Amino acid sequence: MSGLFSSSIARKVAMALSALFLVFFLLIHVAVNMLSVFNEELFNTASHFMGTNPLVQFAMQPILMFGVVFHFVMGFVLEIKNKKAQGVKYYKNNGAANSTWMSRNMVYSGAAILFFLILHFKHFWVHEMNVKYINPLPEDPNRYYEELVHVFQSPITVVIYVIGFIFLALHLLHGFQSAFQSMGANNKYTKAIKGFTKAYAIVIPALFAFVALFHHFNH
Amino acid sequence: MNLTLKIWRQKSKDTKGKMVDYKVTDISEHMSFLEMMDVLNEQLVAKDEEPVAFDHDCREGICGMCSMYINGEAHGPDRGITTCQLHMRMFNDGDTITIEPFRASAFPVIKDLVVDRMPFERIQQAGGFISVNTSGNTQDANAIPISKHAADEAMDAATCIGCGACVATCKNSSAMLFVAAKVSQYALLPQGQVEATDRVLNMVKQMDQEGFGNCTNTGACEIECPKGISLENIARMNREYLKASL
Amino acid sequence: MTKLNSKVPKGSPLADTWTNYKDKINLVNPANKRNIDVIVIGTGLAGGSAAATLAELGYNVKAFAYQDSPRRAHSIAAQGGINAAKNYQGDGDSNYRLFYDTVKGGDYRSREANVHRLAEVSGNIIDQCVAQGVPFARDYGGLLDNRSFGGVLVSRTFYAKGQTGQQLLLGAYSAMNRQIARGKIEMFNRHEMLDVVLVDGKARGIIARNLITGEVSRHSAHAVVVASGGYGNVYFLSTNAMGSNATAAWKIHKKGAYFANPCYTQIHPTCIPRSGDYQSKLTLMSESLRNDGRIWVPANIEDAKAIQAGKLKPTEIAEENRDYYLERRYPAFGNLVPRDVASRAAKERCDAGYGVNATGEAVYLDFASAFVRYGKEQAKIHNLENPSKAEIIKLGQAIIEEKYGNLFQMYEKIIAENPYETPMMIYPATHYTMGGVWVDYNLMTTIPGLYCIGEANFSDHGANRLGASALMQGLADGYFVLPYTIGDYLSDDIRTGRITTDSKEFEQAEKEVKERLDFFINNKGTHSVDYFHKKLGKIMWDKVGMARNEKHLKEAIAEIKEIREDFWKNVKVTGNLNEFNQELEKAGRVADFLELGELFALDALNRNESCGGHFREESVETDGAQKGEALRNDKDYAYVAAWEYKGEPSDAVLHKEELEFKDIELKTRSYK
Repeated sequence: MSGLFSSSIARKVAMALSALFLVFFLLIHVAVNMLSVFNEELFNTASHFMGTNPLVQFAMQPILMFGVVFHFVMGFVLEIKNKKAQGVKYYKNNGAANSTWMSRNMVYSGAAILFFLILHFKHFWVHEMNVKYINPLPEDPNRYYEELVHVFQSPITVVIYVIGFIFLALHLLHGFQSAFQSMGANNKYTKAIKGFTKAYAIVIPALFAFVALFHHFNH
Repeated sequence: MNLTLKIWRQKSKDTKGKMVDYKVTDISEHMSFLEMMDVLNEQLVAKDEEPVAFDHDCREGICGMCSMYINGEAHGPDRGITTCQLHMRMFNDGDTITIEPFRASAFPVIKDLVVDRMPFERIQQAGGFISVNTSGNTQDANAIPISKHAADEAMDAATCIGCGACVATCKNSSAMLFVAAKVSQYALLPQGQVEATDRVLNMVKQMDQEGFGNCTNTGACEIECPKGISLENIARMNREYLKASL
Repeated sequence: MTKLNSKVPKGSPLADTWTNYKDKINLVNPANKRNIDVIVIGTGLAGGSAAATLAELGYNVKAFAYQDSPRRAHSIAAQGGINAAKNYQGDGDSNYRLFYDTVKGGDYRSREANVHRLAEVSGNIIDQCVAQGVPFARDYGGLLDNRSFGGVLVSRTFYAKGQTGQQLLLGAYSAMNRQIARGKIEMFNRHEMLDVVLVDGKARGIIARNLITGEVSRHSAHAVVVASGGYGNVYFLSTNAMGSNATAAWKIHKKGAYFANPCYTQIHPTCIPRSGDYQSKLTLMSESLRNDGRIWVPANIEDAKAIQAGKLKPTEIAEENRDYYLERRYPAFGNLVPRDVASRAAKERCDAGYGVNATGEAVYLDFASAFVRYGKEQAKIHNLENPSKAEIIKLGQAIIEEKYGNLFQMYEKIIAENPYETPMMIYPATHYTMGGVWVDYNLMTTIPGLYCIGEANFSDHGANRLGASALMQGLADGYFVLPYTIGDYLSDDIRTGRITTDSKEFEQAEKEVKERLDFFINNKGTHSVDYFHKKLGKIMWDKVGMARNEKHLKEAIAEIKEIREDFWKNVKVTGNLNEFNQELEKAGRVADFLELGELFALDALNRNESCGGHFREESVETDGAQKGEALRNDKDYAYVAAWEYKGEPSDAVLHKEELEFKDIELKTRSYK
């Protein structure tokens, strides 16, 4: 066990595990978001539950935070290590001949997502912490929908969000199926997994983007 | 055809290198890439210049010695071949071709296009074997039937020629495909089971110590591998490693 | 002329000779083995397996390879397979039959006792390799599969796709790696042996050059094993690797090891034809292709001319206008006649003008009928009713692809023609050298303590080697023979202690090596090394090639001497001594080929008979069914010609080892 977390394969598996966790989180997130399109009340209820349930707040949220931070830190650490392993750069390198743009640029799509996340945190999470703990306001279980709509009134925010989702899609297109490979799953189901992950990588960010655009143009 | 070659020239391990332009003329499309390099070197020798050093030996794609990075790809633009099997019909008259050594911190340049691949040796020494004496006093070869499927898969993994194209191609200079091929070969055969745990742990440890990068599953290695060693082998090694660690 | 002592143990029947000998041979006890060093030059199948086994037994081994890894040795290129008398197919194989086939295939010019020993240990090799994890091909029941090979009537060839040599070499390499990790083998990669050092007449070390730094160093040992492969590159164009060289073998020859039968060279029938003057090497395709391919040329000279001019395609020639000349001339063996016979038959057709590519030097190897044969079989297996012709062919092609896929792919890459659609073109090329350093039954040369194994020695294949026997011999020597027999010699050395490299012998040898290297760098001549090598190669191919005669051989001897003199005056080697310098490496190797080539021609001149790979135009059957076929002369030439170096290659002194055949009756080799 001791060797597990110091080796390259261990790091790879850790990346994969945190990735799968985050991928799963996206599904929940998008599900809640989609509620806002169909039913304001339902959205508020779900958001309120997420925002106040102690299990979510004090167990899931820290794990999620840790997952996000771990995934980013590890990603950047690996990138630095990999750059060092590479040494002198090629004068001419035709990467497109043998791999996808997404797979070669995970660190850039990741960095773009990080930038987006910072903004996203500012919009929702910082606001949330402020309302809850720093300058507490009386609890209003129906405030979520309005807050959401408010954020998406700015066209700049919406553009940044959509770009963020595009990078998320690019990141997922390689990352999701890659996580299976890292976990050692490469067998007769691989083709199906590839198809599923590809669909997932496009549909989920598209839904996120749809929600943002929907609220921008609908109000 | 007439070509311009941009070739990495580096006198020795510790000197700085640079790209140098050369012209070659009257190259036949039936020549192999290395025969074109022979023509260039004959030219250079005639002019009392130092010929370009490059590794090569069998010139039939099996020894794994040749190792150039041609136009941005290991073993050049064709698939399923080594540089010695690359033919000039893949290029056009007037082309400029860049020729560089395989790059990786773990593969320092010895001279020009020749690199040092000793890390591969040390990885193999760390566990790329079955500890059986060569006395011949083993059981009969047919004593353990092995399913044709497993034998074929083991064979596919075993065809690795140790050229290092996987490392050269990988943007992270990862040696996972090379190591995985050997681990897989033994993992698929009953003979390899006895030492499976130690083998995968030791080989991966040595691989990490040699300074190869981490695999990010770009799949470039599989595409550029002259022997088409499959990414499945890496997945298998990951499994073997997890099994051995837990 | 002295009589050479083969040291074949006397007194036992042939079948028991090796067993009885092993029982009585002197051994070194394990504690003493630790104090004994052995140098192994070359780490292919023979050298690699010997190094691993010696280290396992407890000796301290120093192994030298000119490449960056033992895995690169040219054994790796062997495709077809390895013979072993396992009789898994139940088709009547036995040690005796393998022994018999090898002696017969070698045209009765090998040493009976050695060959029988080879057959005896052959089965062990397969057991050993399977235990090592060599992924041999298997059938659906999970047992080992076999294929048949040229010149024999049983299926005894084990194979791993078309990469058997690779897999066996990687097996030996893995055994070496295990010993390198244990510190029992000290591996010197990218080192070239440039001379052997004799102390008191015994081999006690070598001088080697580090090919990266150029440093020349001394290495001592109690015994030296040369496993440096064959000398096929004397032809410049051959199927050998570019770096394959005879330097180690030739250096020991110059120090007193006799060189035997250099004229026995195998010209392999199934190589990819030459395409132009720039050609640097020839590529072999496994002879196993002949199991399923049929060899032909057009029956009409007009068709041949049209094909040469590119006006006609082979697929356009009707069945009745094709000349399946091997099936016509040798009905019993057909396309599976031994290599030398197949090669000469191809040359005969091409010389007569029936060759099929632009150079006129190629014949067809056609798989069309195999596609149909296998396709029908598959259709039955898959219960297809009334399959169409296209379906049958497709099914058949899948089987062929499974068997030879990598060869077909290789062919297509080189020639840019799809061999599934149009017949392959093939032509003979130099492939293997049966001749080599003379060794006795213990595999020791005429220098005490100096051994020679694998292709580098002369011993087991006589005048012609059967397919899939080279791998067998290399591994037999390395795994199972040398490690025993060397103990017999080393048992006298247990009190010798470490051998110093500070002796005058080492000093002298190192000085000579350095002087020669200095000469090359300072000569500043006019022509590159390759220029001389190509000239030598052309003479060898034209005058000492597939068919030889007195006039040409005499010319060759004179011309090679001229080139050699020119070489020493005008060779140009760029670069410096103390660096990675490939021109300098080549210069030393070509210098040795220029001497070896002359001895080669001299030996061919001396042997005025046709046997195996050596064909003298003066010695052919003049009438009867065998008219025009090779005529052996057992009365005058049933001996091994071992040459002693005397300063100039042509001054070499001939020593004869008369060959005795007790168990086998000498017959005319007939494959009709």
